Amino acid sequence: MADVTLDAKGLNCPLPILRARKALKDVPRDGTLEILTTDPGSVADFAAFCHTTGNTLAEQSTEAGVYRFVIRRTSA
Amino acid sequence: MSAQTASNQKTMSIIVTKGSLDWAYPPFILATTAAAMGVDVTMFFTFYGLPLLLKTLDLQVTPLGNAAMKMPVMGMHMGMPNVVSMLPGVDAAATVMMKNLIRKKGVASIEELRDLAVEADVHLIACQMTMDLFEYDVKDMIDGVKLGGAATYIEKALTANINLFI
Repeated sequence: MADVTLDAKGLNCPLPILRARKALKDVPRDGTLEILTTDPGSVADFAAFCHTTGNTLAEQSTEAGVYRFVIRRTSA
Repeated sequence: MSAQTASNQKTMSIIVTKGSLDWAYPPFILATTAAAMGVDVTMFFTFYGLPLLLKTLDLQVTPLGNAAMKMPVMGMHMGMPNVVSMLPGVDAAATVMMKNLIRKKGVASIEELRDLAVEADVHLIACQMTMDLFEYDVKDMIDGVKLGGAATYIEKALTANINLFI
């Protein structure tokens, strides 16, 4: 189980990223944030977000039109 | 401010020149997203972009002269001939339609994105010359707006990693 879960289903760009950034602030270092989205663009965007911010995209999967991401907080 | 910006922090500047409902999106989307990705962002509002800093926003969209504006209607995309777009009430109807689409598709409102930009410490600079030209008063603008001119922008842009004109 992730430390924090963010339901961003139904939200469009850039809201899933902005909400994730905010939620990540409450995640301890090396903790995990699970994000659920329905925006197909979020697949490329969360990879770019993690790459740029120094966080780790630990898991990514898709099920029934819902995209699931697990980000490990590896940045300060 | 730049003096407080960590030396390894990336920076971005955006010149915002358009203030219609549709054109307000690109600068605010990019500014908030960049800020969320750890970028120090400065937005410079000039000419028709300046009213985006007013406390009360009343953003409109017009199909007039916009050949690429095709709205989804019953499974099709419909444009509007200029001779229809110019009629009274058409801009208001197009604005209502656009705002309904924005809500329906889970797209943030400009008000929401602007609040998020403020919250993320995006630097908001109002062009002093435009303020004078169109007779705007800083007390009608949201808190945190700073006044500046071309030199203020150039100083920021010279050290920025990304500079956009929208």
